[in-house]
Amino acid sequence: MSDHVNAEQLWSKPPVIENRWLRWGITLVVLVYAFFAIRSFEIDIPRIIIGLDRGYDMLLAFLRPDFVARQTHIVRGVLESVAMTATATLLGVILSIPLSFGAARNLSPLPVYLVCRSILMIVRSLHVVVLAILFVVMVGFGPFAGAVTLGFNSIGFLGKLLAEDIENTNEESMEAVRATGGSWLQVVIYAVWPQVVTRFIGLSIYRLDINFRQSTVIGLVGAGGIGAVLDTAMGRYDYNTAAAILIVIIAIVLAGEYVSSSIRRRLT
Amino acid sequence: MLEISGLVKRYPSGPQALRGVDLTVKTGELVALIGTSGAGKSTLVRCINRLVEPTEGKIRLDGTELTALDHRELRHARRNMGMIFQEYALVDRLSVMENVLSGRLGYVGVWKSAMRRFPPEDVRRALELLERVGLREYVDTRADQLSGGQRQRVGIARALEQQPALLLVDEPTSSLDPKTARQIMRLIVELVKERGLSMLINIHDVNLATMFTERIVGLQDGKIVFEGTPEELNEEALTKIYGEEDWHAESRSAQAETADNGNGEKSDEHVPLNTAEPGR
Amino acid sequence: MPVVQKDGVSNWIRRDPKDSMRNYLKWLGGAIVVLIAARYIGAQTIWGFVLDAPAQAADFVSRSVPPDITYFRRVLPALWDTVNIAVFGTAGAVVVAIPTALLAARNTTPHSSLRALALTIIVVSRSVNSLIWALLIVQVVGPGLFAGVLAIGIRSVGMISKLMYESIEEINREPIEAISATGAGRTQVFLYGYVPQLLPVFVGVTVYRWEVNIRESTIIGIVGGGGVGFLLNSAINRLAWDQALVVLIAILATVVLAESISAKVRAAVT
Repeated sequence: MSDHVNAEQLWSKPPVIENRWLRWGITLVVLVYAFFAIRSFEIDIPRIIIGLDRGYDMLLAFLRPDFVARQTHIVRGVLESVAMTATATLLGVILSIPLSFGAARNLSPLPVYLVCRSILMIVRSLHVVVLAILFVVMVGFGPFAGAVTLGFNSIGFLGKLLAEDIENTNEESMEAVRATGGSWLQVVIYAVWPQVVTRFIGLSIYRLDINFRQSTVIGLVGAGGIGAVLDTAMGRYDYNTAAAILIVIIAIVLAGEYVSSSIRRRLT
Repeated sequence: MLEISGLVKRYPSGPQALRGVDLTVKTGELVALIGTSGAGKSTLVRCINRLVEPTEGKIRLDGTELTALDHRELRHARRNMGMIFQEYALVDRLSVMENVLSGRLGYVGVWKSAMRRFPPEDVRRALELLERVGLREYVDTRADQLSGGQRQRVGIARALEQQPALLLVDEPTSSLDPKTARQIMRLIVELVKERGLSMLINIHDVNLATMFTERIVGLQDGKIVFEGTPEELNEEALTKIYGEEDWHAESRSAQAETADNGNGEKSDEHVPLNTAEPGR
Repeated sequence: MPVVQKDGVSNWIRRDPKDSMRNYLKWLGGAIVVLIAARYIGAQTIWGFVLDAPAQAADFVSRSVPPDITYFRRVLPALWDTVNIAVFGTAGAVVVAIPTALLAARNTTPHSSLRALALTIIVVSRSVNSLIWALLIVQVVGPGLFAGVLAIGIRSVGMISKLMYESIEEINREPIEAISATGAGRTQVFLYGYVPQLLPVFVGVTVYRWEVNIRESTIIGIVGGGGVGFLLNSAINRLAWDQALVVLIAILATVVLAESISAKVRAAVT
């Protein structure tokens, strides 16, 4: 119809990606990837059908959580998780401060800066579970490994964010302190620290929350905490206890989130 | 063509925005709604196309009882009423053209509109409207890259793209500077007169209202307290609508603005307020 | 920061005594908690192992270098699996997260009971780590890719949904009103009014979650979720540190690559 042709000539919506090579290139890559990815996907239907039975058992068990049978273990697991969280967060907070000073371009010389930044990058790239495995190998099973793992993880998290905050501080306030004859340390205390401290406290509380969540998991690889209790329960097909543990985990995570967000709100 | 009778709007939290409003707009008539903030002007305009649901009352548009329509019928009825908003109400991330074409969404199927395949007459009309409001080169520009006045012109084009019989306008100039406000009002009124549309405009600037419309309706606390021509809008009427105020000062500053409205034109619109003012 | 009078002389102190005491008690309280926690942990620690740590570390550093490059051949297909777990997990999560977000947002939910349901789904999904989900799911569907995809997906639903519904609640209502006023149907209002406003947030959140999921997919194999995690775990259990290092390097490279893709896409959309 000539009308249809005219409409095309009148106006049509310009494409999202202007450059046609880029557009076709991306489309091609996506299609090729999708083709191979879907092919490599195998779903073992027979296994799933058998598994559904067990899934049903699990579901029933979840409706009758058992807090009592293994309660000493559960309580100990929770205490371990909490203890690891507390010590690791403190450790992380304290140690991340000097590291972040080193990793801030406006506070430290180039070689120190490079070293500190690299340390932070490596620590941050490793997943907390990988760190947990490594520390378990080094210092043995138990919450000590967990505390060290979470501590390292915290240092990586807080160190980078704090370093970025320090680099963003007002250059003029630093100059002002230097102009009065202040030493490097005084510049830090009077110019840099007051600007970053509020956000740092907020981040530390946030990190407390994250550490608790992670402490529930690292037990799966032997680093202490309630994760280990869950792993044992699942291994024994004790779904009632597993359900109880899950409920405890969800409850504490929610409580932790509530507390941490209300503290952070009162800070601002 | 628009008959409102006994319109009441009561909000569940208490306040009664409209306390029984009766209003008619004849075909091709330009009616302005004035009043203090909170008098119910915006609510009244929004009740007509049921963006706000009336609590009681009847609204007839060309014989159709709007309050009795179901969801589907209401959509059809809305096609016939174009609306212009105070904050322009454009979809920021869409282009000017897409915003204008969205006026025809009531006529185009879901799939076609998703693919941006509008009928050629709609596209042609949109381009003409953009030309008319002076935004032809901005066809594919994102709406959020335009100035306030430009955005309002896109809003005007979108409303007219619907080819409505009635134009509902809700404070079109409140977010604009005085000069742009005047230009926009002029543009709206020209376009409305060209097409013989009826218009109901909610406006807080009394001078603009008297300059550009034929009939003024004053709303106070949810009821109509004044209805008449711009000439009949004297101090007494204004006090009734707005309360005690030095309306002389108001008229003097308005005349000063009109006298040199920037492009050398002398305004020949009627003097709004105090007809006994000497020296003008 | 008050000014106090003493013998008629003004002096400036940083905190008044009452605040000072409160501050001190807060710190003391915190310190006590941490000390108790530390003792609790210490009681269960075999200090022999701890002191042994540097030796252990030195041991596996020496054993891990040079890395076993031939192991790379086994790592590559597992890495392919890992990436797929992340992609399909995120994609599946998006399919569930969008309706959940629409149900959870006050302005788009059809009924408050549905809103409560959606919020519960979000909370449960977010509070449980993907590793734990994997632990549960492996029991039902058996170890492998599928379990990993489900675990990652279920965990992601919560995060994507939460950020999406918060955005939906904050959108600009006026354009939505305007589109409805033209006589557009519900789907058209959604397409023209909601989607353009939500698209940048949606893409940003999805890509960010994908990036996080890449990291989580690398280790989900440890509990049976498929991907390189299994290889890593097995290498460490066999104390084959040179192979473990290869896996770690592969993981590092993938994570860094994913981070840069994610940063580029997110920058392009805003």
